[in-house]
Order: sequence, then C-alpha cells, then structure tokens
Amino acid sequence: MRAVRVIQGRAVPMERSDVDTDQIIPSNWLKRVERTGFGRGLFSEWRDDANFVLNDARFAGATILIAGPRFGTGSSREHAVWALMDYGFDAIIAPSFGDIFRNNSSKQGLVIAELATTDVEELMEYVRNHPSDMVVVDVESGLVEVPTTGWQRNFVLDPMTRERLLNGWDDIDLTLRHAEDITVYEVSSRAPTLRGLFDRAGHVIAH
Amino acid sequence: MAGRTLYEKIWEEHLVAASPGEPAVIYIDLHLVHEVTSPQAFDGLRLNGRSVRRPDRTLATADHNVPTDSLSVPVSDPVSRRQLEALDENCQEFGITLFPRGHENQGIVHVIGPELGVTQPGMTIVCGDSHTSTHGALGALAFGIGTSEVEHVLATQTLPQQRAKTLAMNVEGRAPEGVSAKDIALAVVAKLGTGGGAGYVVEYRGEAIRDLSMEGRMTLCNMSIEAGARAGVVAVDDTTIDYLRGRPGVPSGDAFEDAARRWREFVSDEDATFDHVVTLRAEELAPFVTWGTNPAQVVALTGVVPGPDDYSDPDVASTTQRSLSYMGLTPGTPIKEIPVDVVFIGSCTNSRIEDLRAAAAVARGHHVANSVRALVVPGSHRVKTQAETEGLDQIFLDAGFEWREPGCSMCLGMNPDQLTSGQRSASTSNRNFEGRQGRGGRTHLVSPVVAAATAILGRFATPDEVDA
Repeated sequence: MRAVRVIQGRAVPMERSDVDTDQIIPSNWLKRVERTGFGRGLFSEWRDDANFVLNDARFAGATILIAGPRFGTGSSREHAVWALMDYGFDAIIAPSFGDIFRNNSSKQGLVIAELATTDVEELMEYVRNHPSDMVVVDVESGLVEVPTTGWQRNFVLDPMTRERLLNGWDDIDLTLRHAEDITVYEVSSRAPTLRGLFDRAGHVIAH
Repeated sequence: MAGRTLYEKIWEEHLVAASPGEPAVIYIDLHLVHEVTSPQAFDGLRLNGRSVRRPDRTLATADHNVPTDSLSVPVSDPVSRRQLEALDENCQEFGITLFPRGHENQGIVHVIGPELGVTQPGMTIVCGDSHTSTHGALGALAFGIGTSEVEHVLATQTLPQQRAKTLAMNVEGRAPEGVSAKDIALAVVAKLGTGGGAGYVVEYRGEAIRDLSMEGRMTLCNMSIEAGARAGVVAVDDTTIDYLRGRPGVPSGDAFEDAARRWREFVSDEDATFDHVVTLRAEELAPFVTWGTNPAQVVALTGVVPGPDDYSDPDVASTTQRSLSYMGLTPGTPIKEIPVDVVFIGSCTNSRIEDLRAAAAVARGHHVANSVRALVVPGSHRVKTQAETEGLDQIFLDAGFEWREPGCSMCLGMNPDQLTSGQRSASTSNRNFEGRQGRGGRTHLVSPVVAAATAILGRFATPDEVDA
C-alpha cells in the first residue's frame, strides 16, 4: 500500500444518504478478475443522468468525495474501493460509513474521514458555492481543512490505521510479526479442520 | 468474574495476539471462498510469493455468477466463465477443496457451510461476502470481509480486528401464525435502521428466537448486515445440536456427545451485560414487505405505501421521495394492490429446504398468474435433491414456477437471471438496493410464503388469500 500523509484537492458534494456499494460499483462489474480498471464502472447506473454530480463540469477532477450518512453500506465488495480510487478519489468525507467498506478502504489507502452531520453539511454547502477551492484532508494531524477560509474540523482514525496510512505498511507483514504466536495458537486449537472430510474431488468421505 | 456474552467467549478463545495500541489478531477457524471476491486475493499471494497457510481450513464453491439454467449448457458469458476458471485454477494451485458448478456439494456458500456441518458453534468463520453473518445462527462468530482481508486470511489464517460492541436484540413473546423468520428479520432492520447495528455484534434473544428452527435463525442472522452489523449470533440450544447431528462435518457417536457438551458453552452467561439492548414484541409483528430502496424501508402487507409527509426528519423525507420515484410508487397505495412482474424464491436468505417446503405448500394446486414470471432457485444441490425427493419440484413446475440449478442467481443479478428496467419483483433475497437485481429493476423483499402467494395472485398477497 502506498503511504498517504496529506490529501489536497478539490471536492465534490454527493447529497445522498445510504450510498451502498451496489451503487458505487454495480454487480455486473464484479465478474472481472483484475484489480484495476474499475473507475469506468463507478456509479455507472447514475452516470447517464446529466444532473448527476460527477457529470457537473465544475467538479471535474475532484479527488475528495463528500457524501451523506451511511456511505458504503451493504455488500463487502472491495471493488467499490478500487473503483473510487481508480476514478481518482483519495478521500471520502461523510457522517458515517459501512463497517466493511471502512475496513476495505484502510487496506488500500483510501482515507475515510468521519465528521459530524452538521459539519459535513457545512462543507458540502461551501464546496457547492466554491467548487474550485481546495480542501485538505490531513491524515497526520487528523484535520479536514478549507485553507481559504480557515475552516477546520478534527476526524478520528484508529491509531493503527493512521500508522499504516502514514507508513504505507502492508497488513500481512504486520501480522506476520506474530507468526510464532499463530503457530503456538494452532497447536492448542480445538477447532475442527476439514482434514479427512472430502476426497480430492470434493466428495464426502464415508466413515 | 463478570459474565461474558457469547461473542466475548468466542473472541477470547480466538485471541492470537493482543498488544496495546494495536488491533487484536484473532484466529480464523474456517475460511469460505467463492469466485467473485477471491481472484485478486490469490493474485496478491502469487505476487508476494506467499502460500495458503491452512488449505484444511479453507473451502471454496462457485455460487455468485453461475448460470442456474441447464447444467448441460456451458457458461456463455466469457467474463463469468473466466472468473469461474480462475477459481478452479487457484484452488488447484493452492490445494483448496472446491465445489464447482454441477458438483453434488455445490451451492450458495452460506447454505453449504451449515448443511455440511462444517459450520459449528464457537468457531470463527469469514468469507468475502457480507452475508457471512448467516453462520452466526449456529453460535459461531461469522462475518464478511473484503478481498484484502481474504488475502490476509489465506496467508496467515488470522485477521487484525477491533473488538466489537455487543447489542442484545430481544424478540419477546411468540410470533403470530403466518409470521416467518424473514418477517422478524425485516422488523429488526426496520427497528435498527441501515446503520443502527454498525460496530456491533448482534445477539438475537428471546422466546420468538428460541422458537425459530435452525434455518429460520439463519434467515435472521443473514440480514444482520442490512442493519449495519457485521455479525449476528444465536446461542446454542437443543435446536442447534439436533440440527448438527448426523451432518458430514461433525463427529458421530460418543464424540458427537462430547462435542455437543462443549458447544453448549456457547451461550451468553445470565449475568452478561450488553453495550446496547433493543426489544421487539413478537406479537406485534406481521408479514412485511419493503417498499423502498433500502432494507429498513419496511411496511406490513396490510399497509399502504408511505410518503415523504409521513416523516418529520427532512433527510428521511427526501430519501423517501427518492426511493418512491425509483420504485415508481405513489404514497397511499395499498400494498396488496401493487402488481408484480417477477417472483424470485432463492438466495442465502431464503433458499433452504424449509423455505421451499413453505412456498410449495402455498403453491400446491394453484397456478402462477399469467403476468408473472416466477423462479425457484434452491440454495444448494443438496437442497435441490432433497426437494426433488419430496416432490416439491413437481409442485412448483405444475404451478408454473421455473425450477432451477443452485446459485445466488437473481439476488444480485450477476448471472443471466436479472430484472429488466422497470420490472417489479417480489423477492425472498436480502437487498432492495437500486439496480440490485438488474439495472432499473424494482425489488420488494418478502418471505417465501408471501412470494408464493404473490406469484399466484399477481400482486402482493398473503397465503390466506390464495386459498380464499
């Protein structure tokens, strides 16, 4: 994962709540076996609508998405994160997020900034009126800022996610520091395995 | 020592490492894999020269994109076919047991785990699918993960996790006749809202839950994620033990009784405390249907389509307006006057043998309305075979339903079973999101018996209307 310290860019306001991952990337895109190229499918069911905010030229090239509550609920598809990043988003600001989406984002370096509903609404309103102004999402200091006006709000990342984002650490490498603990755990584990249950063709072996 | 919840017992038993300031590392007993969320994870392993740590704790099946029409026809969509081939190749390369399309053990991943008895109480189970919460019905801690986490589990058999908060969802009293597990699930989602369960593991408790069969509990736990909760659990009792006895994955004879004794520990202690408690009265529940585009937008079948004016919160009012416009509905319309085009009985929520029996009992001796296309998609080959042994397939076929091969099918519209734009469905699945069953499709979530009655009458209906 690449390291992320500060994101500075223009933002686009998406005034919808409950934007689920089926909307972010519809299921017909999920047949692909690659990790790249999902940007074309981002919000694809809405992109034909000329009034859809991502079609508004004033917000073209925005790298920060501001959305309503419960962004990224529903399906666990990490393709939603790949699509947002492939399209060009580096950070999402919203009042709340789906748990699995939040997790998936942290693994890819997509920054999730949760602010109070009124703060998100304030920021949306500002961005709507000043689409070319920069917004800053600072992972290190945990701040969302509008430098032009001095507007600032704190957001909280769990300490490990913050460290991982700042350092670009690979999650698996971090866990493998505990390789010995895993081996010790496995020796004493009583949980059943699948050993001896199926033959090579996947048929149940009769006992 | 203070009493512990079921979740806390499983959590503590699976702690591999816990360092201050870091998420805990927990051990995963069983990893279920399917074609859609795994190819990029296997690629990641190859890229980093890693192997699958425990193929004997990993089980794969093809379910999401498989066609459910005739098995004799090859998969025509080249992109789907490539994804299924990738699963074959990956399982072959990494030594993982796979149930491909047409295999006797193949089926929807959350149907086959319990039916094979590989889902057991007290286990930690993950899958790259948000409905993994289903397995919590057996007193297991089971939750959905993304592809990066799939790769993580393949490589390490563990996951870094923050400890969840606990929510007791009490459903007190006894549900009236005609109210199914699906109706309880819809009532729970409506009560908690789509985000109310976020950060929690939900434990379903109370008389109405104890009364549910194991398959009913699966239906209920399945939809925990629709309230934002990654996992839902039900404490182990006789129903759990009776369900597991005789299944391929469990021991037999004395060894089963030993296992059962241990499984019975997976209940919350009487003095355990939950972070949050929510109560529903089962007597107040009824057959429900969703009217909107998120699963918390629920109304009784006897009710009417709500309107924006029914809500004081401006955010809810505007969401309602948007949902109604997508669904093509007018506020005040009686639900039972809304005609449907398609009926889908299937999905990891409602495709088990009890679901099919219940739907067949409604359909027997009747015929699907001329204007309706109705599909029954069993959850697994084992379910399909059992249903055929009982003659359910013939009841459905005689009544004008299509009888299909197992898979996720129209639940998520990844295979050819999709709604066309503007079509309205009554579906036993779990999500009524915009476009979920096909672009422009309008989904209403219902129980299997309501789906069957609706297919016959061509409009939303309860079973009592069919025989009237």
